[in-house]
Amino acid sequence: MGNKEKNLTRRQFIQRSVGAMGVGAVLLSPLVPVLNRPKTPVSPAKVEPAQKKTRNWTMVIDLKKCDGCVTIDQPAQCTQACIQAHFVPKGQQWIEVYEAELAGGGTFFMPTPCFQCENAPCVNVCPVAATYHNEDGVVLIDHRRCIGCRLCMAACPYQRRFFNWGTPELPPEAALAEYSPIYPVPAVKGTVIKCMFCAHMLQEGKLPLCVNGCPMKAIYIGDLNEDIATNGGEVVKLAKFLDENDAYRYKENLGTQPRVWYLPGHGQDFGRKPLDLRRAKPVFWPWGGEGDRLRPGVWPWKEPGNWTWQEGVK
Amino acid sequence: MRARAAGDFRGRLESTILTPLTQSSRGYYALVLFLLAVVGWGFYAFLVQLRYGLRSTGMGDVVMWGMYLVNFVFFIGISHAGTLISAILRVTHAGWRTPVTRMAELITVVAISIGALMPIIDLGRPDRVWHIVIFGRFQSPLLWDIVSITSYLTGSLIYLYLPLIPDMALMRDRLAREASSLKYKIYSLLAVGWRNTPEQRHRLEKAIGIMAVTIIPIAISVHTVVSYVFSMTMRPGWDSTVFGIYFVIGAIFSGIASIIIVMAIFRKIYHLEEYITERHFRNLSYLLLTSLFLYLYLTFGEYLTVGYKMKVEEKHLLELLMLGKSAFWFWFFVLGGLVLPAILIMFRRGRTITRIVIASILINIAMWIKRFLVLVPSLQVPLMPFEFGAYTPTWVEWSITAAAFAAFILIFAIFAKIFPIISIWEVAEENELEVSPVVRETVERGLPVPERR
Repeated sequence: MGNKEKNLTRRQFIQRSVGAMGVGAVLLSPLVPVLNRPKTPVSPAKVEPAQKKTRNWTMVIDLKKCDGCVTIDQPAQCTQACIQAHFVPKGQQWIEVYEAELAGGGTFFMPTPCFQCENAPCVNVCPVAATYHNEDGVVLIDHRRCIGCRLCMAACPYQRRFFNWGTPELPPEAALAEYSPIYPVPAVKGTVIKCMFCAHMLQEGKLPLCVNGCPMKAIYIGDLNEDIATNGGEVVKLAKFLDENDAYRYKENLGTQPRVWYLPGHGQDFGRKPLDLRRAKPVFWPWGGEGDRLRPGVWPWKEPGNWTWQEGVK
Repeated sequence: MRARAAGDFRGRLESTILTPLTQSSRGYYALVLFLLAVVGWGFYAFLVQLRYGLRSTGMGDVVMWGMYLVNFVFFIGISHAGTLISAILRVTHAGWRTPVTRMAELITVVAISIGALMPIIDLGRPDRVWHIVIFGRFQSPLLWDIVSITSYLTGSLIYLYLPLIPDMALMRDRLAREASSLKYKIYSLLAVGWRNTPEQRHRLEKAIGIMAVTIIPIAISVHTVVSYVFSMTMRPGWDSTVFGIYFVIGAIFSGIASIIIVMAIFRKIYHLEEYITERHFRNLSYLLLTSLFLYLYLTFGEYLTVGYKMKVEEKHLLELLMLGKSAFWFWFFVLGGLVLPAILIMFRRGRTITRIVIASILINIAMWIKRFLVLVPSLQVPLMPFEFGAYTPTWVEWSITAAAFAAFILIFAIFAKIFPIISIWEVAEENELEVSPVVRETVERGLPVPERR
């Protein structure tokens, strides 16, 4: 009835609609490749989507082999590789090498990525579902959705989440990267960020950067479904490997079910003694920057005199 | 209007309450200007924070929450004043409440509004706050907060407005001479055609009664879920089953202290000595003392149960609180916020009102500090093998905090110039009831008040 009032017959209406759609389709056709563009860089692995399987990614860190890179007198190479490949903002160490105490007063080094917990407290508390498990069990963050409430950071019992307190200071090439939750580069101001198990590498069938970066081959990545893991050199049967080496998970009693297992040790495979006094060397950010320690003063545009150095903030 | 036997009382009441609405002293304008300046400065600080991000605060990856959330918990806590005084006392027919209810309800509305702003200021991406609406998931305790607080704000606004209607009608009738003025129009709009008919009165009483009953569980839920944001995590000090009630009692505790302070201020400035008497302060101080002891009990239980077992992280926290860097503030809270106020309230020597007001001020300062101690030291405890975290608020955080308190006072100052700060009709009615015990009994039994005299 409405059509008649506007002097438009059904036939005319259909004709015009189809015509408009045709014109629209022609005009919008250049957008097709843009819309079809994959969210991640095209890679060889993408060519065979038929082989897509659900993974159960698991990391094993052999502490017998981890000497905190003190024997080669370098900063922790896993952290360093991670920082440089992901343009990790200054002050954050997505995989951090802690020096923890042994029973008798000696120490061991403990590389700590995000544990990608199966019962992840961070995922449970997120108010906007910005942090979630992907189908392979990796905990990811969508930085386009995160509102920066930091409830996940409060919930994480391992302090493995970091916040971009200001505009991250990144090298210019970081801006060329195409953002995706599996490759969160460039980092977004005001959002939470963390290790994502190098999901972008795993997707391409490559090893995570810390696994590749470790000169001692202490870090294994594997798939519990396939029951296989590798450190880039040897390939092991995962379940047997865990059993035979008395694997444990950090703070197992919390029930978070981390996907990262530790094999106890203190770097003995490379001759490190428990009472070795050498500390891990500090990692560095090749592109420099002030980090997140500099605070704006009362008149912040009058740089640099009005910015203050805040000590002791981690 | 009805002719009243106690017309004398009512006349005095109206003139005392309504005079400040038309006359403002120079001091008032000076205060408003000063408060506006503080709020403006806080706004500037917020702009700096928007521009440079949260790095302009003292927070870091270890202590990732700071003063904003302390203020949030504090203001939401204060907001419980309104509920307790108004709703609980109304439900229990405590007649002495009438001169106090309006102020208490106002504290609620203002405190929630300012409290609810704090987490938004604290967001890394305040521009994405609408994500909570479109992507919100109810598994997150933050969503519980939002639902609870918005319900509480809505409920308290209605609960503040309903008893205002007869007073609005009074203002409208008084302004009838200048029927064209904007003021008259606003008051007539707000009076929604109130003519004080028995039917209208019945409906109003009923509506207020329903709201009073509804708002009590909402209020309790609010502070419960505020605590759940913390106790749904595994942090030392927060990982506690008693946190819900601990926060609720803390809120009622600081809420009563706030209403006593507000009462004392308005009593002094507006010369309300006839209506707000020593009896009100004394009655409220009994409630204050009760909640003080409850809070003391819960605090004791909370620290004893974790201190007895000394789990590593809890041990670190207790050391930090009781012996370490935060020890001064912790013992200030215990002595200055619990012990000293209890002594001030219990031992009746000197002037009652002064004693109670000093106790209330101490309590509110100590409770702000206590909220700081609940939040920050728990976050300072390292969960991984590293040093304790540090937190020193920056000028931005202090400015925004100052602005929040200034805004609280400012809204009060402005409200007190537009609306009567004491519920005139309720006080007048209560006065009549006190005159005639027969009527009082009728009302308390829920029977309609006979229109006689």
